[in-house]
Amino acid sequence: MILTAEEVRKIAALARIKLKDEEVEKFRKELSVVLDYVSELEKVNTEGVEEISQVTGLENVLREDHAKLSEYRDAIIASFPERKDDFLKIKSIL
Amino acid sequence: MELAFLEISELAEKLRNKEISSVELTKYFLKRIKEYDGASGLNAFLTVTEEEALAQALEADKILASDPHASVLTGIPYAAKDLFSTKGIRTTASSKILDKFVPVFDATAIEKLNTEKAVLLGKTNLDEFAHGSSTETSAYGPSKNPWDVTRIPGGSSGGSAAAVAAGLVPFALATETGGSIRQPASLCGICGWKPTYGRVSRYGVIAMTSSNDSPGTIARSVKDLAITAEILSGHDLKDSTTSVKEIPNYAANLRSDLKGVKIGVPKEYFIPGMQPEVEARIHEAIAKLKELGAEIIEVSLPLTKYGSLVYAIVTPAEISSNLARFDGIRYGHRSKDAKDLLDIYDQSREEGFGDEAKRRILTGAYALSAGYYDAYYLKAQKVRRLLVNEFDEVFKKVDALVCASVPNVAQKIGNAKDNPLFGYIADQLNIPASMAGLPALSIPCGFAKAEDGDAIMPVGLQIIGQQWGEQNVFNIGHAYQTITDWHKKYPKGYGE
Repeated sequence: MILTAEEVRKIAALARIKLKDEEVEKFRKELSVVLDYVSELEKVNTEGVEEISQVTGLENVLREDHAKLSEYRDAIIASFPERKDDFLKIKSIL
Repeated sequence: MELAFLEISELAEKLRNKEISSVELTKYFLKRIKEYDGASGLNAFLTVTEEEALAQALEADKILASDPHASVLTGIPYAAKDLFSTKGIRTTASSKILDKFVPVFDATAIEKLNTEKAVLLGKTNLDEFAHGSSTETSAYGPSKNPWDVTRIPGGSSGGSAAAVAAGLVPFALATETGGSIRQPASLCGICGWKPTYGRVSRYGVIAMTSSNDSPGTIARSVKDLAITAEILSGHDLKDSTTSVKEIPNYAANLRSDLKGVKIGVPKEYFIPGMQPEVEARIHEAIAKLKELGAEIIEVSLPLTKYGSLVYAIVTPAEISSNLARFDGIRYGHRSKDAKDLLDIYDQSREEGFGDEAKRRILTGAYALSAGYYDAYYLKAQKVRRLLVNEFDEVFKKVDALVCASVPNVAQKIGNAKDNPLFGYIADQLNIPASMAGLPALSIPCGFAKAEDGDAIMPVGLQIIGQQWGEQNVFNIGHAYQTITDWHKKYPKGYGE
């Protein structure tokens, strides 16, 4: 499985990581190695097998959904990278 | 007084007998950290919390003086992998993106140890976001193996393993996703416990692969692991995957014989390329288990070789999702050069993440992207179901499985760099149990000469149980340690 530079750029855009040109080439090679490695899985017959993602058999763990005051408000605001008063500051969207 | 390599229960007795105070014990280990750690030393610690530790120790001493029923962990120093959130104490996950991050709450595991009045001495180094098996992907440089400082301590919990192995702390919190406790414990010649998935709360542990992540401990003996397991286990409203199942008195229940215990030896775990001397140590350990009364049964787990492949898809997929939160907006590193909102995301992540994190995020994003989901992620989760079924079948015949933790002894620092498959291969004997949520231990079972030098390095025996079968694996490990003394060995140059 050989990825193209174009594919790597597309994934990087999806993952919101800016890559330098040399990084595109580095990850193109390395991701191809990983995809090659996992391609052996094709040999396992999984016809009629249901996928699993929760291995201890839990289903729908529910709890009451009610609001409560956070004790962390000020500490969270204090850790904003940029702020104006108590507001989180970001760059322009447009 | 020789304290550096004593077990928790031995130190607890000294505290109770007033032979030593928690403040003295804390100062003693802090001094050892100053002496043997740091960038020119083992580089096991990223942050040392001297001031907080001494305050905690003082408080522990008050309790020890007034309460004859104080917990066995009261006043005992420990370290935590820098993946556990610690309120008011810098928590980096060994990543530049969290270089200055100070959590506002404690992880549940930390909170539980606080309740016991254990004393946190500091935060230990790991592979960045626990992505790796050598600590070489840490943004703060690799930790070193105390048995040979030119070699890796393993990873991702390499700092915790090196710290315990060198007698800088009696025990350490660590985490596993696919070998990150067992592999470094094995390479550093100490004991590690990877719990059943959902036995120990993940709350406040920076997420890697949520369907696997299992916080556990690294310590000097199986008894010590059992002591910590009783305290760390349990249901947590803040982690809905934790179990309400009863927590056995693991330490009190430990047995010293294995009569009536059936132990399976899976032949597929003796892989081609395994170091012959490592294999010999495992067979010797199995003979000891037989001597203790266990019935040894050869079993077969043919899907073993696919475990790492499933992991190599599922793990990056979950990582790409879990690491999406590090976007430079609310906390952590924000790029100084960002001109608009998209720049904040793209550049903060470019500057903040190391190569391994980027590689895994990209691999995961690819495996989950439109058109590839079925071929990669879905396929992997189907094979994972077959792996789970295969373990279920074998546990109808045996109480536990034993095999090597790692097929080779610790490698030289430098081999992992630029090898995108290093971790998947290094952890191949640990990963299948992780994918099935099983509890497992690694305990020292002797030494072998490195194939790339003259160093004599530790070998680890892996013991795997069925889900919630912690007691079985602790019993087997403990019984083994009643007739062997490999767990009492420590590296030269770290004595008093």
